[in-house]
Amino acid sequence: MLSKRIIPCLDVKDGRTVKGVNFVDLKDAGDPVELAWQYAQQGADELVFLDITATHERRGTTLEMVKAVARQLNIPFTIGGGITTIADAEALLNAGADKISINSAAVRNPVLIEDLAKAFGVQFVVVAVDTKLVEGRNMVHLNGGRLITELETEDWIIRAENLGAGEILLTSMDHDGTKNGFDCSLLDKVSKSINIPVIASGGAGKIAHFTEVFLETGVDAALAASVFHFGEIPIPLLKQELKKHNIPVRL
Amino acid sequence: MITIINYGSGNIQAIGNIYTRLKIPFKIANCPEDVNGAEKIILPGVGAFDETISMLDKSGFRDVLDKEVLENNVPVLGICVGMQILANGSEEGQLSGLGWINGYVKKIDKELLVQKPKVPHLGWNSLEFSDDLPLYKGVDKEEGFYFLHSYYFECEEESNIMSKTFYGTSFASSVNKNNIYGVQFHPEKSHHNGVKLLQNFAKL
Repeated sequence: MLSKRIIPCLDVKDGRTVKGVNFVDLKDAGDPVELAWQYAQQGADELVFLDITATHERRGTTLEMVKAVARQLNIPFTIGGGITTIADAEALLNAGADKISINSAAVRNPVLIEDLAKAFGVQFVVVAVDTKLVEGRNMVHLNGGRLITELETEDWIIRAENLGAGEILLTSMDHDGTKNGFDCSLLDKVSKSINIPVIASGGAGKIAHFTEVFLETGVDAALAASVFHFGEIPIPLLKQELKKHNIPVRL
Repeated sequence: MITIINYGSGNIQAIGNIYTRLKIPFKIANCPEDVNGAEKIILPGVGAFDETISMLDKSGFRDVLDKEVLENNVPVLGICVGMQILANGSEEGQLSGLGWINGYVKKIDKELLVQKPKVPHLGWNSLEFSDDLPLYKGVDKEEGFYFLHSYYFECEEESNIMSKTFYGTSFASSVNKNNIYGVQFHPEKSHHNGVKLLQNFAKL
């Protein structure tokens, strides 16, 4: 049976891991390579690295980090942040990344999804979507939630699937950093409207939130950062709890 | 020595990293001459079916592989697309496969399957296999392996199926015929189980 995946997310800045509460007030949570290795040992199913300060000048630092992680880690990992061209993606693939995640660049240039899928296969392309409720409508936001777009979240995700996205990483900006639980109603709607895997993100604060998101929605994976980095939720304990609720997990 | 066929980018480095940590000698074959005298061969997976087959043809690897695998009976392990090209052909492309194991590669078609699974099949899935298989010695069936694919290998002969995995339907997650092995999942990304399997292959 296919397991539900638990994915720690490591925000990376200048080769170090940080985690922001609501994407501001960044705290240092350690060395990415060391953290990645620890997570694999604990039973993380995958990892996501988000390079939150990715700029052209800093690209080299990220590539070095990806190479170092790939040497140590034998579970899959995704890298996102600042990927705007096929060449960016190819460099990351060659450095050892299993998947790349694109967000703003896909909104600004949707054909990029298609081009990446053609060049590397749909399984390589994760489309990350930051969503926020505005006057009762879920709208796609950019720049870590600071910039609203004209795209309705559910429409954009269907379009991304049609363009060749292999997976959707959906972050609710209203829930992110609150530790009050995932946005189950939106996640359920989205996961039922498309035929590619969905990763739930934003709002995890306790084990019950993970149980809830897997029992109440059709998502395939759940992602969180600080609850894992600061040891608030140990992954083995989380997985044992999920198993008690008959949620398929890899122990 | 274990010889990993390099026909473009892909998961070669990840496989090499595991053998380095296991202190098991391996080499990466960049040209057909490098394959001569190999004790074990690994065919990693890259991209699409036709792309992989044409790279094998263009690079000249195909003849030497046929010789080493079919005449000299060198054990070979195909991974992901590297397993799929062992078949006669694929719905993904027009070219003929290596034809070492009779079968055809088909798309995971949600319309045809009762449970309408999402595609690609992505994530960790469990396996069913009999306990006496040397390649799976010490492997935890429940923990399983990491899969990432949209096509699957349909064997003509049931006896060539080494393990089955359920995803919408029960499909061959690995195949074996004599010295020829293929796994649909990614051992190089499957943590302890993957390390175990690559170690077992080295010992065959």
